[in-house]
Amino acid sequence: MNEKNTARRLRFEIFRYNPQDPDSVPHTDRFELDETPFMTLYIALNQIREKHDPGLQFDFSCRSAICGSCAMMVNGRPALACRTLTSDLPEDIQLYPLPAFKLVGDLSVDTGTWFREMVERTEAWVHSQLPFDPAAEEQRMSDDIAAAIYENDRCIECGCCVASCGAANVDDKFLAGAGLNRIARFMMDPRDERDDAQWFDLVANEQGVFGCFGLMACADVCPKELPLLEVYGYLRRKSLSAGLAARRK
Amino acid sequence: MTGKLVTTDVLVIGGGLAGERCAIEAAAAGHEVLILSLVPPRRSHSCAAQGGMQAALGNNVKAAGDNPTVHFLDTVRGSDWGADQEVANIFADEAPIAVRELAHYGVPWTRVRGGRNKYFIKGEEVEIDEAIENDGLITHRDFGGTAKWRACYAAAGTGHAALYAVDCEVVRLGITVRDRTEAVALIHDGSRCLGAVVRDLRTGGHFSVMAKATIIATGGYGRIYGQYTTNATINEGTGASIALDTGIVPLGNMEAVQFHPTTLVPSGILVTEGCRGDGGYLLDRNLERFMVQREPHKQELASRDVVSRHMAEVMRDGDGVDSPYGPHLWLDIRHLGEEHLRTKLLEVWDICRDFVGLNPAESLIPVRPTQHYSMGGIRVNKDGQAYGLLGLFAAGEAACWDMHGFNRLGGNSLAETIVSGRIVGRHAAAFASGMTLRADTGVAFDALATAEKRAADWMARTGKGRSVFEIRDAMGEVMMQKVGIFRTGDELREAVAELGQLLNDCDNAVLRCKDPGLNPELAFALRLKGMLRLSMTVARGALARTESRGAHFRTDFPLRNDREWLNRTLVRWGAEVGEPSFSYEPTGIIDLPPGHRGYGSDERIEMAMSIDDYNRDVPGEQARQGRLDSNEEMGSRLRRGAWKAVAG
Repeated sequence: MNEKNTARRLRFEIFRYNPQDPDSVPHTDRFELDETPFMTLYIALNQIREKHDPGLQFDFSCRSAICGSCAMMVNGRPALACRTLTSDLPEDIQLYPLPAFKLVGDLSVDTGTWFREMVERTEAWVHSQLPFDPAAEEQRMSDDIAAAIYENDRCIECGCCVASCGAANVDDKFLAGAGLNRIARFMMDPRDERDDAQWFDLVANEQGVFGCFGLMACADVCPKELPLLEVYGYLRRKSLSAGLAARRK
Repeated sequence: MTGKLVTTDVLVIGGGLAGERCAIEAAAAGHEVLILSLVPPRRSHSCAAQGGMQAALGNNVKAAGDNPTVHFLDTVRGSDWGADQEVANIFADEAPIAVRELAHYGVPWTRVRGGRNKYFIKGEEVEIDEAIENDGLITHRDFGGTAKWRACYAAAGTGHAALYAVDCEVVRLGITVRDRTEAVALIHDGSRCLGAVVRDLRTGGHFSVMAKATIIATGGYGRIYGQYTTNATINEGTGASIALDTGIVPLGNMEAVQFHPTTLVPSGILVTEGCRGDGGYLLDRNLERFMVQREPHKQELASRDVVSRHMAEVMRDGDGVDSPYGPHLWLDIRHLGEEHLRTKLLEVWDICRDFVGLNPAESLIPVRPTQHYSMGGIRVNKDGQAYGLLGLFAAGEAACWDMHGFNRLGGNSLAETIVSGRIVGRHAAAFASGMTLRADTGVAFDALATAEKRAADWMARTGKGRSVFEIRDAMGEVMMQKVGIFRTGDELREAVAELGQLLNDCDNAVLRCKDPGLNPELAFALRLKGMLRLSMTVARGALARTESRGAHFRTDFPLRNDREWLNRTLVRWGAEVGEPSFSYEPTGIIDLPPGHRGYGSDERIEMAMSIDDYNRDVPGEQARQGRLDSNEEMGSRLRRGAWKAVAG
C-alpha cells in the first residue's frame, strides 16, 4: 500500500441550493478539512456533513464505483466522487452538481428520471418473440459475443457522459454516450430481433448518433472506460449500411 | 404526485433484484404494481454482487455430475444445518430455471469455450478440455463450500448484469417505480397488512400507500456494523426494522451475520470470492498459504464463516501484516495473469486501481474479513408470507426464508433474489387476486399522522443531546468489536448494555439541521433508532444462543449443539415496547441428518431425539410461532432421501 504522506489542508467550495426551501438561493459554501491517507471525496463529503453542515445533500450508495450514484463536477470535470482520491486533486476543490439533470439539492441530481426515460424511448431491452421455456436448455451464445456484449453492458448510468456532452446540454432529448451505448449493446445481442430499419429509426437522427458534435468528452470522462468511440463508429456504420440497403430496395 | 393517499394492488418496497423480480411476477399476473426504492433501482446494492450466481446446470468439466440435489446438500451443509431444508430444496430445484430466465432477459453470461482451457486449481495450473458439444452453454466458476463448480457469472459484474436485465423487464412491463422514497412504517390492523407509510426523499413529505399485498425486499442490515461492512450506505435494514416495529411479525436468526473473508483494507469494499474460486491464495505476513494447513481439503475454498475465522486467528496470533489501519492479510491473484484479471475479474482490477492504487497482476491485495451478509430477516413461510400478518411478504436478503441458516454460501444470495422473487411474487400476486382493496382509510391516515409526528418531534427537540452520526459510529464499534466474528458471553453482555445506552442517547439526540425538504440529518435520524433496535436483536440473540453454528461463533461455547440449539431464533419487539421478546422454533422438516460439513470442526453435540420425533413437532411448533399456512403441505417439496445417491 503506497500510502502518501499527507499533511495538507483541503479547501472545498461547494454549490448549495435547496429547491424545497423558499429562502434558499443558489450560492457556494466553503469548508476546510485535514487530508488523511486514502481520503476519497466520499470520506471528505461525509466529514463535511457530519462535522460542519448536516444539511449538505449528496448521493452515495455503494462507495465502490459500481452503482453510479455519486457523479458530480469535480474541479470542472464530471467524475465519480467515491473513487476520486483527494491526493489526485489540488488543495482547492470545487464541487458542483452535474449539469443536464434536474437538481434535487446541492450536489444531488435526478439521474433516475433521465435514465428511465432514455430506456423507455430506446426500448433498451431484448426484443424477442420467443417465450421463455423453463424446461429448455439455455439458448447458446459464443463466449466471444457474450464478452463483447458485457463490455458495453458495463455502463453504470452515472451520467458523467451526459453532463460532459455539448449536445445533451442543449437538447435534453439527445441520447448521449450512455443512450447510444445502450442501443449498441442490444444491437450486437443476437437475442434481440429488431431489424435494420427499426434500429435506423431509433438511432439515425439528430437525437441519436447524428446529433453528436464529435467532441467525444464522453469517452474522456467515462469512469468505466467504455469504448464510446467504437460505439459511435459502429452505430454510424450500421446507420449508413441500413440507409444504403433501403435505397437499393 | 402530491396526494397523501395512493392505492395499488401490489406494493413492493425495495427496487433491487428480489423486489423487481417479485414486481415482474405480480405485473405479469395483471396487477397494478408500485415499486418504492431509496435510489434509482439500478443503483440498488444487488449491482455490487460480483462473482456469481449458484445454479446446478453442470455445464463444464468441473461441474460434471452436478444437479440440484448436490446443490441442496452443499447449501444445507453450508448453513450448518440451520436452514429450512425444504426451502433449500425448492431453491436448488428452481435456480437453474432462474439463471436461464436471466439469459432470456439479456444477461451476457460467460459461456463455455469448447476445447482446451487453462484453470488454476489449488495452486496448480491445470489444462482441461471442455467438450465441444457444450460450447456456448453458460459456464461455471468455483466458489467456497461447493462440491462442484456451480457459480454462473458475467465476468465479475454478475449482480450488475442481472440487475440491469431485470430492470429492463420492469421498464418493458411499464411498472411504476418511485425512486427516492422510503417506507417508514407498515399500515396494518393487527392481522392484515394494508400497505405502508412512505417518506418522499426529494421533498421530505409523507404519504400512505394502500395495497392488497405488500412485499418487503429492502436487503440486509449490514450498516449496523458502521463502517465495518461491505454493504452500501443504503443497507440500513429499513424493511426489517418496520416489520419489527409491528410487534407482530418476528425476525428470524438475527444473530446469524456473515463476515466475508476478503474485503479491501482500509475501505471495506468487497473483493469477490471469485478471486479464490479462480485460483487466488491467502497469504500471511511471511507470505505463507496458511489455509493449506488449516483446511487441507477445501483450502481457501472452505465456507466463508470458516475462512474468516481462520483469518481472524492468524491475525490475532500476530501473523497479520501491520498497517496504519490495523492488521490485514494478503490476497494473491498475481499468477492468474493480467489477461484473466482484466476480463474475468475486471471489477476487481478496477477496485484495486481506484481505491488502493495497485495493480493486482503485480501486487498483493490487502484484505481482512468484514461484515457482508444478513442471514437473518423477516421470518416468512415457504411462500414468502410473513409470520403473523396476512398480506405481508418478504423476499431476498430482507427475508429469513430460510435457505441460508447460519452461513450462506457465496453465490447463493444472488440466486436467491431471483428464485425467491419468482416464488414470492407469484404468491403475493395470488393473494392480491383474492382480495379487495380495503377502504378503511382511517388506519392509513392514523399511521401517516404518527410518522409525520415522529419527524416533527425530531425537528422540535432541543437541548444538548449527542449527534446522530456520533451514535451511529459508536453502534458500529460495539457491533464489530463485541458482536463480531468471535463472540463471548461477557462481551455480548457489554454490547447489550452499551446498545441500551445508545438507544437512550438516540431518544435524546438533537438535530443541528433544521432545513425543510429532505434534510439528510433528519432522514438518517429517522432510521437510527430502527438500526439500534436491530443491533440489539443481534446482540441479545447472540448472547442467548450458547453454541457455535455457522457464522455465529461463541468461544465460550465452541461446539455446535444439535441437542439444544437445532432451532431458529425468533424475536418480536413492538415500537413502543421496552424489551424484545425471544422465542424459538424448529428449523423445519429435516431430511439430511445433521453431520459434519466437510470443512471446519468435526466436533459437535448430537441430537438427543430422533429425526422422526423432531419432524413430527415442526408443523405445530411453527404454527404456534405465527407461521401462516401455505396451500402446499409442509415438506411436500422435499425429495426425501434423494441426497443418499450423491452424498460424498
